[in-house]
Amino acid sequence: MITVPNLTPVAEPLHVGEQIFQPEFGRIRTVEQVGPLEKLFTIELPGGKSLDHRPGQFLEVSILGVGEAPISISSSPSRSNGVFEMCVRKVGDVTSAIHRLQSGDKIGLRGPFGHGFPIEKFRGKDMLFAPGGLGLAPLRSLINQVLDERALFGRVILLYGAKTPPELLFKDELREWAERSDIELHLSVDRGDETWTGNVGVITTLFKFITVNPRNTVAVTVGPPAMYRFVLMEFMGMGIPEGNIYLDLERRMKCGVGRCGHCQINNIYACQSGPVFSYKDIKGLEEAL
Amino acid sequence: MSLKIIQKSEILDFIHRLLPDYRVVGPVESNGGYAFEEISDPADLRLNYTTTILPPKKFLLPPQELLFKFDNTNGGHLQPGPEREPTVIFGVHTCDLHAIQLLDAVFTNGFADPNYLRQRQQTVLISVECLTPCDENSFCKSMGTLSADEGYDLHLTDLGDAYAVDIGSQKGEDLLLDYAASKDAAPEEVQRLNAVLSEKWPKFPYRLDFDVSDLPSLLSLSMKSPLWAELGERCLACAACTNVCPTCFCFDIKDEVEMDLKHGQRVRIWDSCQLDEFATVAGGHNFRKNKALRQRHRFLRKGKYILDAHQQLGCVGCGRCARACLVDITPVGVFNELYRQTQVEGKL
Repeated sequence: MITVPNLTPVAEPLHVGEQIFQPEFGRIRTVEQVGPLEKLFTIELPGGKSLDHRPGQFLEVSILGVGEAPISISSSPSRSNGVFEMCVRKVGDVTSAIHRLQSGDKIGLRGPFGHGFPIEKFRGKDMLFAPGGLGLAPLRSLINQVLDERALFGRVILLYGAKTPPELLFKDELREWAERSDIELHLSVDRGDETWTGNVGVITTLFKFITVNPRNTVAVTVGPPAMYRFVLMEFMGMGIPEGNIYLDLERRMKCGVGRCGHCQINNIYACQSGPVFSYKDIKGLEEAL
Repeated sequence: MSLKIIQKSEILDFIHRLLPDYRVVGPVESNGGYAFEEISDPADLRLNYTTTILPPKKFLLPPQELLFKFDNTNGGHLQPGPEREPTVIFGVHTCDLHAIQLLDAVFTNGFADPNYLRQRQQTVLISVECLTPCDENSFCKSMGTLSADEGYDLHLTDLGDAYAVDIGSQKGEDLLLDYAASKDAAPEEVQRLNAVLSEKWPKFPYRLDFDVSDLPSLLSLSMKSPLWAELGERCLACAACTNVCPTCFCFDIKDEVEMDLKHGQRVRIWDSCQLDEFATVAGGHNFRKNKALRQRHRFLRKGKYILDAHQQLGCVGCGRCARACLVDITPVGVFNELYRQTQVEGKL
């Protein structure tokens, strides 16, 4: 028997590209290489418009003549200053074309789409973040929002894993976070190199370094599809309630408005009812993980 | 609404009068069967057709649809798609009428789809009552689509030498008034209509072995059925089933570039959950990696998921997918087999 989660599709207006399929054009302010295949783009919207996004939302990003791809927003709304950031891994036609863009170039945008993280429910809790690889890109939006409201949260724990040391993203920020006494940061890589002195192993090998108060902890994970089940087992093993575990289930959304079908997980559309879900809401959906 | 009568001999004139103002579409003979085509000669219209390979959906949600043209020479100027033509679709069967009502809901709920609505708002639907079954693949009676109380602008029922015309909307009433010679139905014509409608009913068999209201729970109970693996073995993943379906609406969005590499267009094209890459994500993981999962998804959509979202079943019983399938996967066969399995297991 499959359960029908009681999930509400978003009803918030789009801030760019209100005509649904017609992108509006932002302008790239800066481009920074943040990983071997990853660049961070700082983008401003036309007319000084604000993106007004929530952490966890995504945009459809267009390169005319190449196509469109869903990309999550990597900057925190608390640090918008009229611009936002997207971290793009060069893996396909559209992302390769985005990588060719330089400061001053225009970039097509629609969105933001989907529900973000319900941060209002997180305040007062201990936060346990466990992103894998490129999963730090969307989660960085939430992490920085939490850090900007640091006094409203309990502990902030970040377990971050990547395949190799060069693939750990946002190294400057990681260094900054490592120095802060109010962030518990643990890094791991699947395969070390001669420079690496830290933990070696998949992300789940970091859980032995921490203990949490499960009743007061919100746990969040984003990463490659293969990772979720194992991280979930760790969260559940710590006793964190299903309703306090959040996942960002990213799919190849083509439309963003709940119709094209590509992001469908059983009966729900990730672009509308997600991509952020609590584990409690999606555990009956076998296509989720 | 009030009932009108239009003589069959008047239909040709009706269409002749429409042609200067409307694109008129209807069933015509095509390759030994029938197809919905644009009509230039009204004599080509066949209102007593059986079924078509593609449903009239293709005029509302075209297989390929221009979203906008772009010009990269001046940094990304966009030019919206062309205005849509006012269109009259003649001869829509009630199964397809139910399907269009579903598409209306799908493309209106949430973020309304301007492309679909621009065409839909300029479209007049003239449906026709089916008096005999199309063939052994249709199962409209089981799905509750053998008649329609709404969704049409005008609805025709064949009374022999004339059609009874039920007016379903102001748009339909205006069209009839402006373009057709009709008269109010006399009491004996109303009687004749009632007789025709009651005579037709027994001619249509029920093809499902259970009541359709049990279909959603039947499918929920069948997530682990061995039938899906069996269908997966047979399925060729050709996507014919979804291509001919009047309610399938999934699509892809693609860019096409002209030879100068500066100008081009973004188009929406039909896509199919039956194709291998449909649920593949960045990094290559496929969330429906085999045909069994994709067939299950298709039938769950038709009988449950779409109902959950739009309060209307996603299958209208037209039988087109059954006719199109090269390996004889049919909704009637699938639904009845799942029912048999649940009966054996004592579940439903």
